[in-house]
Amino acid sequence: MKNSSVKINIGPQHPSTHGVLRLIAELDGEEILSIEPVVGYLHRGIEKMAESRSYLQYLPIVDRVDYLGGFFTSYAYCDAVEHLLNLEVPKRADYIRMLCMELNRIASHQLWLGTFMLDLGASSPLFYCFRDREEILSLFEELTGQRMMYNYFTFGGVRFDVTNEWLSKVSDFVSRMPKAINDYEKIITLNPIFTQRTVEKGILSPAIALQYSVTGPNLRASAVELDFRKNMPYAAYNDVDFVIAESNRCDSYGRYLVRIQEMKTSLDIIKQAVLYLKNDSSDYTLNINPVNIKVPEGEYTSYVESSRGLLSCYIKSDGSGKPYRVKWRTGSYYAVQVLPEIVKGLYYNDLIAIFGSLDVIMPEVDR
Amino acid sequence: MNYLYFWYIQILSKYNIPKIFGDITFPILPFCIVAAAIIVAVLFLVLAERKILGLFTQRKGPNRVGIWGIMQTVADAIKLLCKQNVDPRGADKILYNVAPILVFVPAMILWGIIPYSSEFVFMNFSVSALLYISIAALPVIGIILAGYSSNNKFSVIGAIRSGAQIICYELPMMFVLLSIVLISSSMNLKDIIFSQLGSFSILNWHIFPCFLGFIIMFISILAELNRCPFDLPEAESELVAGYNTEYSGMRFALFFLAEYATMFVMCAFLAILFFGGFLPVTGKYISEMIFSDNQFLQLFIYIEQVIWLMIKTILLVFIVMLVRATLPRLGSKELMKFSWYVLLPLSMLNFILIAIIKFIVDGGAI
Repeated sequence: MKNSSVKINIGPQHPSTHGVLRLIAELDGEEILSIEPVVGYLHRGIEKMAESRSYLQYLPIVDRVDYLGGFFTSYAYCDAVEHLLNLEVPKRADYIRMLCMELNRIASHQLWLGTFMLDLGASSPLFYCFRDREEILSLFEELTGQRMMYNYFTFGGVRFDVTNEWLSKVSDFVSRMPKAINDYEKIITLNPIFTQRTVEKGILSPAIALQYSVTGPNLRASAVELDFRKNMPYAAYNDVDFVIAESNRCDSYGRYLVRIQEMKTSLDIIKQAVLYLKNDSSDYTLNINPVNIKVPEGEYTSYVESSRGLLSCYIKSDGSGKPYRVKWRTGSYYAVQVLPEIVKGLYYNDLIAIFGSLDVIMPEVDR
Repeated sequence: MNYLYFWYIQILSKYNIPKIFGDITFPILPFCIVAAAIIVAVLFLVLAERKILGLFTQRKGPNRVGIWGIMQTVADAIKLLCKQNVDPRGADKILYNVAPILVFVPAMILWGIIPYSSEFVFMNFSVSALLYISIAALPVIGIILAGYSSNNKFSVIGAIRSGAQIICYELPMMFVLLSIVLISSSMNLKDIIFSQLGSFSILNWHIFPCFLGFIIMFISILAELNRCPFDLPEAESELVAGYNTEYSGMRFALFFLAEYATMFVMCAFLAILFFGGFLPVTGKYISEMIFSDNQFLQLFIYIEQVIWLMIKTILLVFIVMLVRATLPRLGSKELMKFSWYVLLPLSMLNFILIAIIKFIVDGGAI
């Protein structure tokens, strides 16, 4: 039995590892005996960079931690710095931030859906997802001037106020989006091949998920209701009504259902945020001068529910103009680590499908 | 065929070349025609596929090279021809070079077996249906050799998958072919077409008694072509490119050419078995209505027959492309299960049903 196994090296340059993940797989025919993820090919030293830069200089860099969720990482960093500075962010800024993060979540899930389906061999959903993601990116471009690395949140608020025209564009988008999600579901949800490939595949039991500290949609698909928007509300999440998407299927299909549901939840939150922002004309920033701010000594960890799980930013300050230490905790890293547990005994092509369903992006893993 | 032959001999005799020379060299002529037809068809198919996929996914498809992107495939072909052929280290040189040819040649032979019109068959055997299906299974040898000789684990997995797939899907296909042979009482493709000629025009097509068989055959042909949703041997998200991972330049182009050439000819095969091949949809040849007193009427009918076959084939090709745009890929376990548990029993059932129908229609004569 031992002699018949083949060691195969997948990646770091491989079409479906979503970046530069390397997997060392031991196969017996097509059956997976063991698998070992090797990370670190995209390490950019983002945490170390912070120590030689002022707080403001580091702000544009944090967007690069997770290139699909720039708003989440910016928020986590700004939130931590604001807590160290004891700043009370204006309500309007909180709402704008929340709105941006939820739009970002939809965009991120759309990209996940497209690439996941590409991993499963279906090419059309990718284009549908990108078509609709394009609208979100255009909205971001109009608001922040950027399509990916927004650098929009700042200490004590946001850089620019949202205009009423922009808000009506957002509500236009929100009214169109349910139809688009319906389109995805029509081509995917009940597709017999899709269900064959995902139902009962890659079962992530709640115990293992918690043991590996998997968070986000992956955890919620394993019947654990943990959403930091509800459990430890930040920004304006306390003021809006929403239901946490959850599934007790524990498999790839459950993870798909949760993410589809989450897009709809995000739309609900966006609707409420737009309503608030339209009837509100308070200040959107504290107007502090962020250049050369001195942060008092102390440490703080911020918790953000990003599209790929718990994102937290730990900052330790020694009272100078530069952070003493910054540590990022990202959801994808733990999703990669749990992969060997859930693919054992399955087939090689299930490996790719399950890995796709975990929604891992490599810059977030390596930082 | 005879027309072509006499025309050829006539031309030769004009230049005082003995007839025996014409007899020997005549087989080269159909070969050239087939080769030209394949190249034109593949150029058209690749462009059509990209345009159709673009249509389904709300893109434009190729539109830069030439008007409407017509020259795109030509440009791609030139690029492939100019590329370097790389031999991977540790590869089995002979097998590595032979494999693409082994994949391409059967595709070419298949084109010769198809009856394009009632007189235009290059190779007319009495068992051409059987011959067709046997030759259609040959490229898998080339694929396995390509995977084996590339010295690449991804290629080997792709090749083994291809082999397993062919074994699974050849059987249901044979059963369906058997039921068609039973209806038409012949293994000759031309006779199978003529057996669909009758007083009810299109209701005489084999698709009506054998609809289940058509579905099974269509699925099996997708599997045999390694097309989506059965594209496991070349699943790019898993195996990089499967059995042709290491191939480049002209050798890769041969695989590519063979894939599309086989796709077209397989759809033509389906059209012949189930949709009356070159028989007109209208019941009566259109040229019969228009040129009824023309001296070249027969020639016009032959040309029209080719056009009918092409129309039917292209519609089937369109469905194959539509499937590709819609479905994800099957898992390797599910693929086997689907064949052995679903398709094979269904194809046997189909065979029995057809036998019963045949028994009743023939009035109990065995």
